[in-house]
Amino acid sequence: MGDNFLDNFWCGFAVLKLFDHMHIRCYTLAVKIFVLIKQVPDTAIALEIKADAADIMYQDIPWVINPYDEYAVEEALCIKEKLGGSVTVISMGPDRVADIIRSSFAMGADEAVHLKDTAFNSLDAYSTAFILSKAISISGYDIILCGKQAVDDGWGYIGPALAEILSVPSVSSILKLKISEDKKHATATREIDEGLEVVEVPLPALFAVQQGINKPRYASLPGIMKAKKKEIKIVDAGALGVASAATDLRVWGASRTNVKKLFYPPERKKGKVLEGDSMTVIKELINLLRNEAKVI
Amino acid sequence: MNNNDIWVIAEHKANIITAGALEAIGAGKLISKQLNGGLSVVILGDELSVFSKSLSNTMVDNIYLLENPLLVQYTSDAYISCLIPLIKQHRPSVILIPSTCLGRDLAPKLAAVLKTAYVSDISRIEIDNNNITFTRPVYGGRLLSAVVCRGEKPWVLILRPRAFEKAASGAVATDLHAYGVSKAANIEKYSTNLLSSSIRAIIKGVEQTQKGMGLTEADIIIAGGRGMKDAENFKMLEDLASVLGGVVGASGAAVDAGWMPHSAQVGQTGKVVSPKLYIACGISGAPQHLAGMSTSKCIVAINKDPYAPIFQVADYGIVGDLFEVVPMVIEELKKNG
Repeated sequence: MGDNFLDNFWCGFAVLKLFDHMHIRCYTLAVKIFVLIKQVPDTAIALEIKADAADIMYQDIPWVINPYDEYAVEEALCIKEKLGGSVTVISMGPDRVADIIRSSFAMGADEAVHLKDTAFNSLDAYSTAFILSKAISISGYDIILCGKQAVDDGWGYIGPALAEILSVPSVSSILKLKISEDKKHATATREIDEGLEVVEVPLPALFAVQQGINKPRYASLPGIMKAKKKEIKIVDAGALGVASAATDLRVWGASRTNVKKLFYPPERKKGKVLEGDSMTVIKELINLLRNEAKVI
Repeated sequence: MNNNDIWVIAEHKANIITAGALEAIGAGKLISKQLNGGLSVVILGDELSVFSKSLSNTMVDNIYLLENPLLVQYTSDAYISCLIPLIKQHRPSVILIPSTCLGRDLAPKLAAVLKTAYVSDISRIEIDNNNITFTRPVYGGRLLSAVVCRGEKPWVLILRPRAFEKAASGAVATDLHAYGVSKAANIEKYSTNLLSSSIRAIIKGVEQTQKGMGLTEADIIIAGGRGMKDAENFKMLEDLASVLGGVVGASGAAVDAGWMPHSAQVGQTGKVVSPKLYIACGISGAPQHLAGMSTSKCIVAINKDPYAPIFQVADYGIVGDLFEVVPMVIEELKKNG
């Protein structure tokens, strides 16, 4: 009797869960959006190179979300507001990365994945994209957004490479994005050398955003309060099944690129400020440009 | 085993190889000489015979022409499905790609498919005993980074615009002749099998001309900052640019004020430029902006504030009101131009 009751209970529960699931799938067709975010040193500060020249001094420097990634978060939130769905931010790095995750939460992101593992330290660009592909594939996705590049190392690699690894189409340097009503296609306007190009791709797809696509919102006070309570899902190499398997290590273990050293650009030699009345100064400038610098 | 061949993926517009591609060919020639390898130029498009004629008697060793109507407009799907088999067949060691919108989309995808090293924004290549070191700006040009690659080849490399010597502009053949080498190149034409259904991106349209276009390739840039005071006043810079044959850019402050579009922004989060001549008008010179233009050959600063940081990097500075100075410069240039 008791068993029967329990069976019925669980069976009913399962049906309810199934309806719940169907509801999401069939009626709202929720769009699942991933946004790749990276933490970078504040672009306004002076940078110092470490004694061994291998990296910059990280002590006491202010960190921010990569500005291009902030546009990506904003774009994701705009899509969610129009079409429903959820926005998950994903970032790789040490503990401090939680700061940009919290600020994305405060803007309105729903979920977050923090890829944190000493095995992820100083991965090369391919390996980083590979690990991201593993993490994103676990939960499925319709749209992946990222900045067109990070302002620190400026590789401009992760977005397009990730799309290739996931075998989904991607559009680079986008300035406009529109998702079709059936949520099966997206039309993006992207920057090309001659101007702008309008491209349509089937979803799922990845879009790398260019500056100018939107103006990121400021976090609201309730948003900031809520952000403190939201859970950050921490994922390590083991959880992705890439920790020890030799086959995976072959793929992402050895770094394909290595920074030998960082150095300061050669300083420009001090120029001259031209003195005199406007006419004299302008005549001298044109003369110097023609005959000394020989650039006009 | 990979051979030592260097490839250049050459873009072309109106049947002429682009400036960026010529720079890549120039860089490729230097590397191939030192590594004792061949130099091959790969051109994708349709009806490319014009290139086999214009390149037929030049210093490059091989010219691979990949022809298909579906290659006329760039899509990464079409380019990659044509390039990968050719790469597998010829096994080059290095693929050089100019830093254009096309190159910056194609190169990372190509490197990801090949699972090989990728380096972007290369401004210098040094070879010492077959060891290659690439120099590239990081942190928006505030620092430089020396990078080495290892592992499987080909390495996919993006070259920064205007960082490598190219021959004077003109027809491709004459440009390549300028290197002083003349031998018959091996020309191979591949008519590729491509299905339009395999191309996932559909190009709906192209809108030409936009402010700030051609900034990275421009010889002369006239840039305006907060001191311009209004969008209208950029007309004056357009005038100066047209007298000098230049392009108009803007600082982050002018873009944030809505006076110029983002596409015209020079700086760490905009375009990184290194023209022959950069004239900064009403730009104070925030580190963000300096990062994007301090590799210019000659910098002129026009600013009211004698303590503006821009004067620290300027070769020639004029402390004065740009609304007085710029029109006078235009006038003077017109007079004895």
